[in-house]
Amino acid sequence: MLDSVQTTERVAEILARHRGMEGALLPILHAIQEEFGHVPQEALPIIAQDLSLSRAEVHGVMSFYHDFREKPAGTHVLKLCRAESCQSVGADRVADHARKELGIEWHETTRDGKITLEPVFCLGLCACGPAAIVDGKLVGRVDEAKLSKIIGGLK
Amino acid sequence: MKVYVPLDSAAVALGADEVAEAILAHGRAHGIDVTLVRNGSRGMVWLEPLVEVETSEGRLAYGPMTVADVDALFREPARHPKALGLTEELPWMKAQSRLTFARVGVIDPLSLQDYAQHGGLAGLERALGMTAPDMVAEVTASGLRGRGGAGFPTGIKWKTVSEAKADRKYIVCNADEGDSATFADRMLMEGDPFTLIEGMAIAGLACGATKGFVYIRSEYPVAIEVMQKAVQVARSAGVLGDSVLGRGPAFDMEVRAGAGAYVCGEETSLLNSLEGKRGVVRAKPPLPALEGFLGKPTVVNNVISLASIPVIFAKGAAFYQGFGLGRSRGTIPLQIAGNVKHGGLYEIAFGLSLGEIVNGIGGGTASGRPVKAVQVGGPLGAYFPVSLFDTPFGYEEFAGKDGLIGHAGLTVFDDTADMLGMARFAMEFCAIESCGKCTPCRIGAVRGVETIDRIGRGDSSAVPLLTDLCNTMKAGSLCALGGFTPYPVMSALTHFPDDFARAKEAAE
Repeated sequence: MLDSVQTTERVAEILARHRGMEGALLPILHAIQEEFGHVPQEALPIIAQDLSLSRAEVHGVMSFYHDFREKPAGTHVLKLCRAESCQSVGADRVADHARKELGIEWHETTRDGKITLEPVFCLGLCACGPAAIVDGKLVGRVDEAKLSKIIGGLK
Repeated sequence: MKVYVPLDSAAVALGADEVAEAILAHGRAHGIDVTLVRNGSRGMVWLEPLVEVETSEGRLAYGPMTVADVDALFREPARHPKALGLTEELPWMKAQSRLTFARVGVIDPLSLQDYAQHGGLAGLERALGMTAPDMVAEVTASGLRGRGGAGFPTGIKWKTVSEAKADRKYIVCNADEGDSATFADRMLMEGDPFTLIEGMAIAGLACGATKGFVYIRSEYPVAIEVMQKAVQVARSAGVLGDSVLGRGPAFDMEVRAGAGAYVCGEETSLLNSLEGKRGVVRAKPPLPALEGFLGKPTVVNNVISLASIPVIFAKGAAFYQGFGLGRSRGTIPLQIAGNVKHGGLYEIAFGLSLGEIVNGIGGGTASGRPVKAVQVGGPLGAYFPVSLFDTPFGYEEFAGKDGLIGHAGLTVFDDTADMLGMARFAMEFCAIESCGKCTPCRIGAVRGVETIDRIGRGDSSAVPLLTDLCNTMKAGSLCALGGFTPYPVMSALTHFPDDFARAKEAAE
């Protein structure tokens, strides 16, 4: 766990980097999530003060977007595409397999804290689905066997 | 030896990075001087990773390549099991009219010199010698319509912004390509980012805007990286900055990442997001052309619209206008996706029939089973049955069949598809992604899922209710998310009634 002084300093440094930028809140939230792995709640009032917004407004923006996390994810993040093109080549089957093998539902993390499973709606890999992104690495034509191999590699 | 291995996301997802590394490793181990270029994709996704080797006759294609195939590429290139012949002679390449995608897959995406040698910057050079009204007139004469899906004439939008009086104006590129089956924006940005930069610079000159933004969805990490690098290259070369190409007025741009909200592909929601707000839709009027980013006049154009500008200026409006049919002028990058044998990107004049696209170019399904439905235009587009395969690909032609071409993505489904399930998914997706501002979308989508579940349980009395709900959403929603979700739902219900009656039969 980070102490709050450290958090404050690092958030302040990120805010300083974004000063003068038009519409800076999304870039700031992205930078904070990259730094901490999530957006710590204690960062919100600091951001709010810096941008002359209310804490509620910053919370409202953060919670609107699927990308921003309030809590850290597992060590690895496995995202599976659920959109139509991937469905047409068996994405639902692959997703069922993932939930069964990991023993978790969408947006959950395995009990050992290792893998978080998330849906994604399109990675632009619609001619080579089902598609996945594993810790930022794109994977096409995912079937049950390929997925088991990916999961095995993360464990 | 000069070798091309795509950096395109689809190629990478199929192992291009590993193949590229194996090629370099082989070169090092055998003392062969290998020049590796990470290019864009030629669009033949079923052949990715598609590796090309430069020869005196032209570039030879090999694909789909694996690490195990690399050795033979050096030893016996002519008799390689994955040899396809000259890239430019492949049937997929030869029959296209690549105007917007002319350089994608051909050049090194981050080499401005390569770009200029292949005709890049000619449009901007010409634009610098024209007046703003002449530039706008050129775009109007080209017949270009918004490629993001709405099909609004680009020239008219530019005219409004150009004539608006303000201390600052903006060019915003909508690269929030969230529709399933679409990847043209991604491929263009990854494969030829300077085309988009040039198009935005011309838009800036024509409209009197000095600042541009490219809003790219966060699901496109490669596109974000390539665009950011390209903007830096363009800036240091003086294409962008205080004076465009050292002769024009100021124009600079910034790349911004979205944060996973589908609705931000809607232009007013995108503007709110860019301003650092919740991506909630704005009521129109005011039009973004008059009160857009930070309340200033703003052009919001799709990637492909802006990337088509350089060729229109380089070759003239009449050249571009010469392609197409009816009121759909120019070319369209078709994105053929889903359960299809030959999936990928195919740029051609408007006017091919849906059947020619799916069966002719796409080669039918990947599974080998009969085609059941094709969803055209992404999650908000209609499902077309095979009986409508004679529909020509054009804005009005598809609207006439209660559909839309959208961003020109096509998802092919075989006969195992359950259309009630697909209709339910359309409502579920709308419920997840609704920005929440208007009731028909926010509440309607949730009720839609429930109503389709009732039908799924055999309650056919819910069918008129679903139809009524769709009419309300269509007429009462602020934007296309709630307003167009009825397209996939109603087309599934209309064209595939058997899928909605199955549970009823089972119940009886």
